[in-house]
Amino acid sequence: MPTGKVDTETLVAAVTEPTRRQLLDLLLERGESTVTALADGLPITRQAVSKHLVLLDRVGLVEARRAGRETRYSVNVEQFDRATRSLGELAAAWDRRLDRIKQLAEAVHAQRQERT
Amino acid sequence: MSADRIEREIEIEAPVDVVWSVVTEPHHIASWFTDSATLDLRPGGDGRFDFRSRSTGGPATVQLRVERVEPPRLFAFRWTHPEGAEPDETNSLLVELRLEPAGDATRLHLVESGFERADLGQHRSRADHDTGWDVHLGRLREYAARSAVRG
Repeated sequence: MPTGKVDTETLVAAVTEPTRRQLLDLLLERGESTVTALADGLPITRQAVSKHLVLLDRVGLVEARRAGRETRYSVNVEQFDRATRSLGELAAAWDRRLDRIKQLAEAVHAQRQERT
Repeated sequence: MSADRIEREIEIEAPVDVVWSVVTEPHHIASWFTDSATLDLRPGGDGRFDFRSRSTGGPATVQLRVERVEPPRLFAFRWTHPEGAEPDETNSLLVELRLEPAGDATRLHLVESGFERADLGQHRSRADHDTGWDVHLGRLREYAARSAVRG
């Protein structure tokens, strides 16, 4: 799984959706858990938990490990760190864009003032 | 703080019509955002921001769809939806730029929302990754390095 290759925006969407955030919280708290155990702690079905875990696995946020008949999930901490930083990066990107807009608009305005 | 949105406000020492043109005219967008931009500035209109990918040196594109145009007060668009898909609240982010006169200056208010959506849309291909945020952020980091950016 090329976890470094998931784009930032997909990664942010993966962690910010409320149910997935809860699942990640539970996994971080427990270290490792199964679909059944996770569903017990949440007001959603096993199927729903499973679906969210598949998504989280696809973007590299969780790792699945077979243990006998069970699949045990845990958080990929590196990717999780990357995701939590990402929302901040997206916000910082807007700060830079807005800063450019400000510089440009003020320069255009100054040019017009000079002409009159 | 809501995880669903990014919200910012800045004050610009220029009148609202000047800020409007910087925010919406492709030749200006090309200097605050991308290498080149095309934009059909009306609700439902398509836009396209072109980049040069830092990793491949080749061209990369972000598509957007105009949602609302109320000159000179509101410009809203959706983006980051998978290529070829109709953008909606399940597969894209909504960007709203609101302009408000403040004396001779303008207050510019930005909201980017939709991060908390349940559906991540289609899983993107490797090729698509190159047109996404990674390229974008790389580009912005270059900007940041070139110009003295506050904060």
